[in-house]
Amino acid sequence: MAVPVAAVRNVTKRFPGVVANDGVSLEFNAGEIHVLLGENGAGKSTLIGILAGMQQPDEGEILIGGRPVRITSPRASLELGIGTVFQHVLLVPSLTVIENLMLGGPWWRNLLRGPALARFRELSQLLGVEIDPDAQVGRLSLGEQQQVEIMRALWRGEKVLILDEPTSMLTPQGVKDLGAVMKRLRDKGVALILITHKLVEAYELGDRISVLRLGRLVGALPPERKRAMSEQEVTDAVIEMMFGTVAQHERDAEILVGRGRRTHRARHVDRAGPPRLQARGLATQATRGACPLRGVDFDLWPGEVLGIAGVDGNGQKHLAEMLAGQRAAASGTILLDGRDITADAVPERRRRGVRYVTDERLGEGTVGAFSVATNLVLKEIGAPPFFRRGVSDWDHIHDHARALIKRNDIRTPSEKTPVAKLSGGNIQKVLLARELNAEAGVVIFNKPTYGLDLQNTRLAHERILAGADQGLATIVISTDLDELLEISDRIGVMFQGHLAGIVENGPDVERKVGLLMTGAKAA
Amino acid sequence: MTAEAQQVARRGAPGSAGARDAMASVLRVAVPILLALAVGGIILLVLGKDPLAYYGYVARRGLLTWGGLQETLTRMSPLLLIAAGLIVAFRAGIWNLGGDGQFLLAAVITAALAPALVGTLPKVAILVACMIVSAAVAALWAVIPAVLKARYGINEIITSLMMSFLGISFANVLVKLFFWDPSTTVPQTRTLPVEERLPRLFDTTIHSGVLIALAVVILVHLMMTRTAFGLKLQVVGANPAAAVHAGLNVPWLTIATFTLSAALIGLGGSVEILGVFGTVRADWNPAFGLLVVPLVFLARFNGYAAIAFTLFFSALMIGGDSAARRIGVPQHFVLVLVALLLIFLAVVEYLDHQRRKRIGA
Repeated sequence: MAVPVAAVRNVTKRFPGVVANDGVSLEFNAGEIHVLLGENGAGKSTLIGILAGMQQPDEGEILIGGRPVRITSPRASLELGIGTVFQHVLLVPSLTVIENLMLGGPWWRNLLRGPALARFRELSQLLGVEIDPDAQVGRLSLGEQQQVEIMRALWRGEKVLILDEPTSMLTPQGVKDLGAVMKRLRDKGVALILITHKLVEAYELGDRISVLRLGRLVGALPPERKRAMSEQEVTDAVIEMMFGTVAQHERDAEILVGRGRRTHRARHVDRAGPPRLQARGLATQATRGACPLRGVDFDLWPGEVLGIAGVDGNGQKHLAEMLAGQRAAASGTILLDGRDITADAVPERRRRGVRYVTDERLGEGTVGAFSVATNLVLKEIGAPPFFRRGVSDWDHIHDHARALIKRNDIRTPSEKTPVAKLSGGNIQKVLLARELNAEAGVVIFNKPTYGLDLQNTRLAHERILAGADQGLATIVISTDLDELLEISDRIGVMFQGHLAGIVENGPDVERKVGLLMTGAKAA
Repeated sequence: MTAEAQQVARRGAPGSAGARDAMASVLRVAVPILLALAVGGIILLVLGKDPLAYYGYVARRGLLTWGGLQETLTRMSPLLLIAAGLIVAFRAGIWNLGGDGQFLLAAVITAALAPALVGTLPKVAILVACMIVSAAVAALWAVIPAVLKARYGINEIITSLMMSFLGISFANVLVKLFFWDPSTTVPQTRTLPVEERLPRLFDTTIHSGVLIALAVVILVHLMMTRTAFGLKLQVVGANPAAAVHAGLNVPWLTIATFTLSAALIGLGGSVEILGVFGTVRADWNPAFGLLVVPLVFLARFNGYAAIAFTLFFSALMIGGDSAARRIGVPQHFVLVLVALLLIFLAVVEYLDHQRRKRIGA
């Protein structure tokens, strides 16, 4: 067989507390679409970052055309003929197509329109698309913008094209067009790397499928094997690799690195009584960059943990914000203990026991420059006992903070330390201390362990389960299916703004959830 | 840095570390001032002027002579009130740059109202009524940019500046069309008699508006650091997403902040008329609003620091005026010094930030 256009060999990349890539070896061949599948945090983005020159591997090597190379910058990556199209469009919307493509040349050289147009036509032909080079990029559809991105990625050479979840923002027609472009490029001899969550795409477009899990390559379907299998067989095989029954030696390895196969602890939830929270036909207005809700229904009982699974960007954020009162519902009702709270804003809902632990801990959960103490009362500003007649009682606020810091084991030099100086795990403890007090009745967790190390992850899980045992109605939104399998009583799946189905946690739940996540109907 | 963070920094460091911190913050201001004076001196030398003579005149006329000091302190009152208004807004992350329009409209309303009320009400009542009405008019002028910002997220820098141009012109129109004192040949309002103006302090020419201004700045500082309303404004300013998350009514806070800011600036205009001029002549525009903006930044939105910077700047203005005339440099040379000061403050700040990052603090 011919030498692969690009390959990584035994690549390892460590970040503080995580091994993002652990001895990964992959080959990318000309004229082949190589699909990389895996959950969030499986190490796909890191691998792409290494190929795109944004990160350096700690160990292992990159081979281009059989020769070991070092890719020290994104520019070096482009010079080697490796182009990357990232998930979000990175074009200047106010410039025209051809202007965007001419960006990135040496600053001392004139921009030459002639040669640029020639290259543009060449690539248009290669891609089989028709775009007006003088159209303003902001006026193009997202699909067309992506085609421009592909052109830019191929601008200096067309050996390897990396597409990072390219379909997540496209319409069905855009997805179809993109598929056609990809197949065309493959037939012209480009090596394509497609990162995706969606099994349907992997099956339809991929010649070769590799599955990453926790930084390691856990399975691969070479072209000859894949061709021999039906769609169902491929799907089953891949789901098994992604979530399912892991081979025995894999389990041993995982226990060695401290992350054993998680087990679901069966809990008894009494669903005979009335539900604490009822959602009926909830929908939200679309906003830029976020998927709106389109009719979400569920019931949640006291003491229950409802996991919300799904690929990121399928409406989870809107669901969390709307339940917390931060985002208005366009239609539908929310009942708390039978009482309509749809029109209530955050403060009223908080008074009634609704709590939201956001995933954007520094983005919206805290004010980074403010002290731990202030952040612990951030949602109580103006309310007694910390504020009397509108005047801040700083002594009381600081006493309160010291007590919470002690009780929740928040590691901070003092209660006056700016919260941004704390580690992610400790910021999360600040949020948990603020939200989970005696008056809490319903708690919504959005990616509660995102970015945390193992120990803090375990602590957060224990905290969630302890709360549920005390009768809290709990919603946990997460893209980490393992996490949901471990702590949820039922798991619902968000898909394109719908709650695609809610299944009881138990045997065979992975397969059902995996199918729902990819848009298939509940099995 | 926010007031809250400053408070943390101040209280958080005990003992010798505290002394070192205090030393560092003095140096952070003193070094840029010396550098600005040095470079300003070089520019004067290049122009063929004697920098020592210039600075000598500035110091003597601005601070060291009794008459100059009185003028300087008098000049502080409008600047302080504008600073108070800007601190309220800037702390909340609202860039109210419409100060000049708000200031001038309030001044014209006071100049029109006060002489007309003379004889109908006791003196104190007239003064208070003028201040309240003028502040309210200034606040009203800020409602449009405030609502546009709160409701539609339209950038208030543009809208408040636009409203400022309109406000300045409108103030002129008011003087020329409605409040023109028929006994004068130039268009100006009727004049408030000296004995009806803000009382002077003891035997000086300083009017009591300075005390009002100082009290307002201190009250604003206390409001920002010690009340729930101030803390809410700071949350909105430091992290608007956190404000939404915490359930604060951001649109309402935006409008409240904007109007309060404009009202304080308007109070400055009113006090300047009640204390100093007694009348507004058409086309009068001291343009204090934008001058105070850099001062407030230099003070890092801290009320007490703003008082110090205002004193410094007033002395520069008063002394610089007379020094410029004697030495023969343009009067705007003061602005050159302020600009140099801003540049060096930013540079020193940056270097200090780098140093702290290096030692990992």
